[in-house]
Amino acid sequence: MDSTTIIGLGSMAMAGLTMAIGSIAPALAEGRAVSRALQSIAQQPDEADILSRILFVGLAMIESIAIYCFVISIILIFVNPFWEKMSAGG
Amino acid sequence: MEISPDTKIIWSWGFVNLNLTIIFTWAIMAMIVLTAWMATRKLVVHPPLSRWQNIFEAIVTIMRNHIREIIGPDISRYMPFVGTLYLFIAVSNLLIVIPEYRPPTGSLSTTAALALCVFFAVPIYSIAAQGVGGYLKHYIEPSPIMLPMHIMGELTRTLTLAVRLFGSIMSESMIAGALLAIIPFFLPVVMKLFGLLIGQIQAYIFAVLASIYIASAASSDRGRKQEEIPMAYRGGGHVLGK
Repeated sequence: MDSTTIIGLGSMAMAGLTMAIGSIAPALAEGRAVSRALQSIAQQPDEADILSRILFVGLAMIESIAIYCFVISIILIFVNPFWEKMSAGG
Repeated sequence: MEISPDTKIIWSWGFVNLNLTIIFTWAIMAMIVLTAWMATRKLVVHPPLSRWQNIFEAIVTIMRNHIREIIGPDISRYMPFVGTLYLFIAVSNLLIVIPEYRPPTGSLSTTAALALCVFFAVPIYSIAAQGVGGYLKHYIEPSPIMLPMHIMGELTRTLTLAVRLFGSIMSESMIAGALLAIIPFFLPVVMKLFGLLIGQIQAYIFAVLASIYIASAASSDRGRKQEEIPMAYRGGGHVLGK
């Protein structure tokens, strides 16, 4: 295999794996966060406003980890620096 | 498929490129300013209010309550900055219902610029509230060993602000385009709805995080140095009055 093939193969494989593995933990964490929030709201329905606001802030922070993985995948697929150097040079 | 509206250059002149991001940003700015001007032309104190004044009073009151819960009772100097951040991002994410529109927050340049505004606003507000000495002192706050952590924390917070907003909005516009190939009619509509929801949530998150960073740096004189969300955990009531 020449280096172009290796770069293309590596980029595509890692783009898929990044997204696949990188979204396991945020999904589990978000599920746990929502379940705790629901439990707290059930315990104290008066504070439901505050609790859901804090829940959303927390969910966005957890989500951002999955978003970082997504951004890496997109960079590998669409604006891959090695690929562009290869196609410009070769 | 393009991943950001930065790549579509509409007009070039010398080294200045006018790309789609800039044009949509100007359009959003013009729209917000025009609407605000139209709404505040004839303000009245007693009811009946005009419709526009009613809407804007509702929006401003809600924003003020939310910011007040994070920063404290005296927010008149923070409200313009955080409120503008929220309005710009919310409007720019709301307009994705228009067909050929690409949100400028879906481009890393815009989100990096907004995150840099927050990055510079935190020292400015902190110095205005506590002086240069007070601001520099908070870097060595629990102990001088924490200095690299604080600096790293500042840079990382700015970076995550930018990438979080960029990633959410770009993923929405890209997935809607990609799903057109699979189920042409129904799925993109559902994804667009999801994208609208995510867009509004991300606008709120951006504004809330910006106000949390400002509060944690600027309100140390009230003894709330270590807490990040001081008032949000205390009771459910909003502060009445101004």
